[in-house]
Amino acid sequence: MIPVLSVRGLKVSIRTDEGNAEILDDIGLTLERGRILGVVGESGCGKSTLIRSIMGILPRAATVDAGEIWFEGENLLAFSEAELNDGVRSSRVGFIPQDPLLALNPVFKVGAQMLEIMRWHAPDNGLRGAARRRAHVERLVSLLKRMQVPDPETALERYPHQFSGGQRQRLLIAAALACAPGLVIADEPTTALDVTTQHQILLLLRELVAEFGISLLFVTHDFGVVAELCDDLCVIYAGQTVEAGAVQAILDAPSHPYTRALLACHPDRATTFLGIPGSVPSPLARPPGCLFAPRCIDAQALCLTGRPPQGQARSGAEVRCVKFA
Amino acid sequence: MLRFVVRRCLLVLPSLLGLLVVTFLLIRVVPSDPAVAMAGDAATPEQIERLRQQYGLNRPIWEQFVSYVGKVATLDLGESAFSRRPVAVDIAQRLPATLMLTFCALAISVFVGVPLGVIAGLSHNAWPDYLLRVFSVMGIAVAAFWFAIMLQLLFSMELGWLPLRGEISATIPRPPRITGFMVIDAMIAGRFDVVADALRHLVLPAVTLSLGGLATIVRFTRAGVLDTMQQDFVFYERAMGYRRWRLNWIYVLRNSVTATVTQIGLLFGGLIAGGVVVESIFDWPGIGSYTVQAILTGDRQVMLAVTLLVGVVYAAVNILTDLVHGVLDPRLMERG
Repeated sequence: MIPVLSVRGLKVSIRTDEGNAEILDDIGLTLERGRILGVVGESGCGKSTLIRSIMGILPRAATVDAGEIWFEGENLLAFSEAELNDGVRSSRVGFIPQDPLLALNPVFKVGAQMLEIMRWHAPDNGLRGAARRRAHVERLVSLLKRMQVPDPETALERYPHQFSGGQRQRLLIAAALACAPGLVIADEPTTALDVTTQHQILLLLRELVAEFGISLLFVTHDFGVVAELCDDLCVIYAGQTVEAGAVQAILDAPSHPYTRALLACHPDRATTFLGIPGSVPSPLARPPGCLFAPRCIDAQALCLTGRPPQGQARSGAEVRCVKFA
Repeated sequence: MLRFVVRRCLLVLPSLLGLLVVTFLLIRVVPSDPAVAMAGDAATPEQIERLRQQYGLNRPIWEQFVSYVGKVATLDLGESAFSRRPVAVDIAQRLPATLMLTFCALAISVFVGVPLGVIAGLSHNAWPDYLLRVFSVMGIAVAAFWFAIMLQLLFSMELGWLPLRGEISATIPRPPRITGFMVIDAMIAGRFDVVADALRHLVLPAVTLSLGGLATIVRFTRAGVLDTMQQDFVFYERAMGYRRWRLNWIYVLRNSVTATVTQIGLLFGGLIAGGVVVESIFDWPGIGSYTVQAILTGDRQVMLAVTLLVGVVYAAVNILTDLVHGVLDPRLMERG
């Protein structure tokens, strides 16, 4: 079975005043149907650029230099803006944004915003005009009910600021599912929420994947969230996939030194706060060898000269490190 | 909603009181002896004393203020020294012409300025943006009288497309005065040739008067759009596949015009008073040319009345601006 989403060798750079910044440099990931893939990395590692590349909304100064983004058997990079807007966004790829407090338009009613999306992207089921709109309202109300938004009927007539952060995130999840897409991309959807709400939203997402037959690409910086929610994991460092495989296998036996260091930093695991010495290399001046080598405790002379090849660890994970070549 | 409106209206009251105090002081207190100032150089002491009696200038200052407020409230604004008619009557006579001109100028500013501002904001740092920036700087820098004369030279003298001056052609009989608005009166009279003539007379003064406001509106709308485009919700809306033009012209625009609406409010008050130059050049029978006449003849009552009028218009427009803000952004309405 072909994967829902498969990114191969994606390279994206952004022109800046100081030169060409390589934001993504050989990203690879695979999301199988019906699964949840967690993409983990520190801020600045290129997570947002990855999401923007998949959705075809890169900033003007950015260019895709190489790679492929296969979605349900089609290369999204070959799509025009009109093709993406007419046939992919919302209708086939739903999106759950990072900050629910900022993602909704503050001066329009929630229902108007969600119906605007459905108006252009929801399957019409042979209905037209007012009947189609009524069907959309019905679907939204039932979705909001499912998302446990209080008073789903009146919720559509309210403005975003009249909802709490957690409720707004539920609205956005409903919006992502409104047009029945096969893939949903979630960009750190729980980061802006408090811990209890975060947990509820994760449980909800977990249920929805099976219930709505979607596949979920879940981007986060938090290993705890990944452990709670995801089936598969893809660790990104400085615009490269450094380790990818099944969540449990990687959490049990992390292979790449960066994954190990990141896990060691996680407050659930770390006994003392260590952090990773050094900092992420600037996308403007990247070291010739392994991008993590300057911060790696296991670095050898070999690591500083050439880019490490992709290898496989005993856990089954794909690892970009000379130790596994 | 009602609470919001009532609150805004109450908030304007202190401004109106301030307006009354300042105008009162200007007329009664700033001249060391208003009676002497009114009577002129050649007056005898008896004449001055008579004036003092007549205007109650020998009564306590607060009593004078109370009677002044009472007079203003009953629209008793005195008599014009020039026309020898009550100032209120003169103003009522001339206000419709000015309002017509102001509304037309404002309509041009808004309906041309807002779209141009959006285009400039969307094409940030591309050629339409540069072009519109040059245009808006020119619009603010160019003197209205120069622009008016250029328009007259081109469209009236050279091409002969539009009338040079006035509110209506001298050869055309005026429709009976009902509302005072020439175009509307002509419509009521069923004289559509007169309507057309009146509209043709409106074009050049309205375009001239709109220029400064147009440039301001372009700049503020552009800045608003640029600011909104940075917001998270615009990215979200793009990611969800909003139609591009609906995104820009509905969902972005409504978030971008807050500052523009404030500016439009300020412009409106300014246009009533700022019509002075344009009305003089185009011989427009409105408040502006009335004011010029009053200043040239030293007609104090008229100057006072015009000051009050502009102040009241500003206050009213302020309430209106707040209301529009409330309608555009429901969060403001809730805060009351």
